[in-house]
Amino acid sequence: MDTTQTLDVDATSVASDAKQYLTFLLDEAEYGVDILRVQEIKGWDTVTPLPNAPEYVRGVMNLRGTIVPIIDLRQRFALEGVAYGATTVVVVLKTVHEQGSRVMGIIVDAVSDVHNITDAEMRSPPECSGAVSTEFVKGLATVSDKMIIVVDIDRLLNAGELAVTA
Amino acid sequence: MAIDITQFRQVFFEESLEGLDTMESSLLHLDEDASDSEVINTIFRAAHSIKGGSATFGFQELTSFTHVMENLLDEMRAGRRQVTPPAVALLLQAVDCLRGMMLALQDNSAVDQPRVDDLYAQLEALWHAAPDESAPAPAPTVPEAPEASPQGHPRGWHITFQPHLAMLRSGNDPVRMFRELTDMGTLTTRVDMRQLPPLTELDPENCYLAWELTLESVVDERQVRDVFAWVEDECGLTLTPLHAAPVPDTVPVTATPTPAATPPAPTAQAEAAQAAAPERRVNGERRQQAAGADTSSIRVSIDKIDALINTVGELVITQAMLGQLRDGFDVRDLDKLRDGLDQLERNTRELQESVMRIRMLPMSFAFNRFPRLVHDLSQQLGKKAQLTISGEQTELDKTVMEKIGDPLVHLVRNALDHGIEPPAVRLAANKPEAGQIHLHAYHQGGAIVIEVSEDGAGLHTAKIRQKGIERGLISADAELTESEIHDLIFQAGFSTADVISEISGRGVGMDVVRRNIKDLGGTIEVTSSQGHGTTFTIRLPLTLAILEGQLVRVGQDTYIVPLVSISESLQIDPPAMHVVAGQTPLYKLREDYIPIVRLCDLFHLPHDAATSVDSLLVVVEGDGHKLGVVVDELLGQQQVVIKSLETNFKRIEGVSGATILGDGTVALILDISGLMHLAQQHTGLVRRPRRLAPVQQAA
Repeated sequence: MDTTQTLDVDATSVASDAKQYLTFLLDEAEYGVDILRVQEIKGWDTVTPLPNAPEYVRGVMNLRGTIVPIIDLRQRFALEGVAYGATTVVVVLKTVHEQGSRVMGIIVDAVSDVHNITDAEMRSPPECSGAVSTEFVKGLATVSDKMIIVVDIDRLLNAGELAVTA
Repeated sequence: MAIDITQFRQVFFEESLEGLDTMESSLLHLDEDASDSEVINTIFRAAHSIKGGSATFGFQELTSFTHVMENLLDEMRAGRRQVTPPAVALLLQAVDCLRGMMLALQDNSAVDQPRVDDLYAQLEALWHAAPDESAPAPAPTVPEAPEASPQGHPRGWHITFQPHLAMLRSGNDPVRMFRELTDMGTLTTRVDMRQLPPLTELDPENCYLAWELTLESVVDERQVRDVFAWVEDECGLTLTPLHAAPVPDTVPVTATPTPAATPPAPTAQAEAAQAAAPERRVNGERRQQAAGADTSSIRVSIDKIDALINTVGELVITQAMLGQLRDGFDVRDLDKLRDGLDQLERNTRELQESVMRIRMLPMSFAFNRFPRLVHDLSQQLGKKAQLTISGEQTELDKTVMEKIGDPLVHLVRNALDHGIEPPAVRLAANKPEAGQIHLHAYHQGGAIVIEVSEDGAGLHTAKIRQKGIERGLISADAELTESEIHDLIFQAGFSTADVISEISGRGVGMDVVRRNIKDLGGTIEVTSSQGHGTTFTIRLPLTLAILEGQLVRVGQDTYIVPLVSISESLQIDPPAMHVVAGQTPLYKLREDYIPIVRLCDLFHLPHDAATSVDSLLVVVEGDGHKLGVVVDELLGQQQVVIKSLETNFKRIEGVSGATILGDGTVALILDISGLMHLAQQHTGLVRRPRRLAPVQQAA
């Protein structure tokens, strides 16, 4: 079978106001997503391409009977594409929109770590931040001298051509 | 042992609601044919079981309400009360009211008490009005109720009591009843022994006797009937009031008909108006009922369950056989293993089919509400219409059935409101006064076809065209075929009704109908001939969950083409391909040219020259057009389980869903009409053969 693994994080060790974030690497930078939204992490597998979909939507995958669209985050952020390698993984996330929720997968270079970040530690992003449009960034946090870009996945995965009502 | 009867409440509600449906449809039938005693019996039985059930569960209001209805029905059944339209209308309202009460009890919400009380009073009044007087003159006897003074009461009752043979066996003794009657007044009895057989043939447990009783007492009929309450369905019972006409009484008796004779007309009208007025309320209740049905159970016929059990039995046997093979497996057993696996495959398929069949319900579930709807609406609109239904046994998936209900209601309403002309207009057009509305369902291929047709005025082509130009849907000089014009009525915001009525004409409608049907993967078409009527044809997939598909390979991807839409598959003959500059390539198929498309072009997917050989053409048909799809390989046919792409993504033009293949990969299911749409956009033109003129309907 594939490299499916379920995340098992000890929730009791978290400070009351801190949230846990799963971080992943994308072109040297570290990004974070709310860990409660992560459904699972899968190894990269071939997908079925979708007709007339934006290029960053690689296709759909079978996740135990559910059809899940897979988005290449490098392409979404207009980063230079790389060949998928051994560490390339699909992070399956649950996103919430006005009419309900959806499950989608994002392809990232590698998963990195799990960090506790309180809202107080989070800095709002500067207006000009290059590749990633600020509207998708929830905030910036510093953990052991590294900057973590916390992504607002609900915005990111329901925007533009991915919008439900499009 | 204490039994918790509340666990059966749900069953009681379901059965009673079904009983109410029976009563409703029978009452409507009664409307047309007042003399049919079997119909009255059916209604009576339904009311009787509801009464019995509600008494068991302690629903006092239901019991007393149904009791009055039952009394009325009993008199009608015995022929002592004439079946009059106002009485039927009242009973129909009572059925609605009961349904409301039951639904309220079911979700523990408040009962519409004023309405219940009002109807109860009306029923009581109707019942108290002397039944024999209503028999000769079918006047509603309501006005007489207030005069229920002691003089209005009969001086006594003449009772004919004919127990059925088996009455004694249920433990009922006539002596006790007679004793009770004696307590009310002076009782004279006469025994009728004509049925008594010779002693040699006599069965001591049977009751052969009948009685003629005369009770002199000022009691009302109900009190007398109560005495016989336990045996009312085990005996023949007739009550005739004794009018020992003393001199002062004759005056009011002869005088009564005069004031009573005038009110009937207004009363009848009022009743009719009342019958029409609750229309909205009725709909509200219906909707509640439909909403409730989502979570409740479905009834499955026992033979479907038996088939399922049989299949499971076979599956177990197959499994046991395969299990045996496993122990000490030898290469020589390979054939057996293969056979076993074949059998397993067959069992699985049968099991799947049986399970799917459980979800199938006959169309009558959706059609049953229409007799009432047509009855009420035609009264409200002052039109005459007859509804005929055929093919109600055609089965359809429960989910599809639930979703098709509202569009069908809309179509039937439209048929009455827009289609059927008022009686005068119909007569002037040499048509029978009553319009015909026909609902017809049948299977065709893997789809169900539902037709709603009516012999009304037909679509007014010029008017629709005018309206279409006004609304900016078409340009003023557009050349359209008749069917293209008719198609305009499915556009949003389109209505040609001159008067915006409560029923239709606000322009929300046909577009919603079409969208709902499209969401179900179906299509709707209209054919109409002016002056002769209109037919709407709905085509729906039998089930939403499973599709019979042809797997095809295009490049590296596998797609599924719904088998129903494939008309043929053939090897491409290169000389038959014609490329017109800048247009869709055409393929000469026998005498016809059909447009051909490559999926990678339509879908903007990378074209992989290494694996594409363009060898085969699958000719598909949809929306009346043909289209050739170039594929590399035909992979086989199989049933696929449809998975939605919309759950986690969104609708994609040209694709109706996805499925998971045996190897776990995802394959997309092609949506033929979407594909044609895409092809049109892609090249700006797909040859559209002119469709034939709509078939003339026989008048």
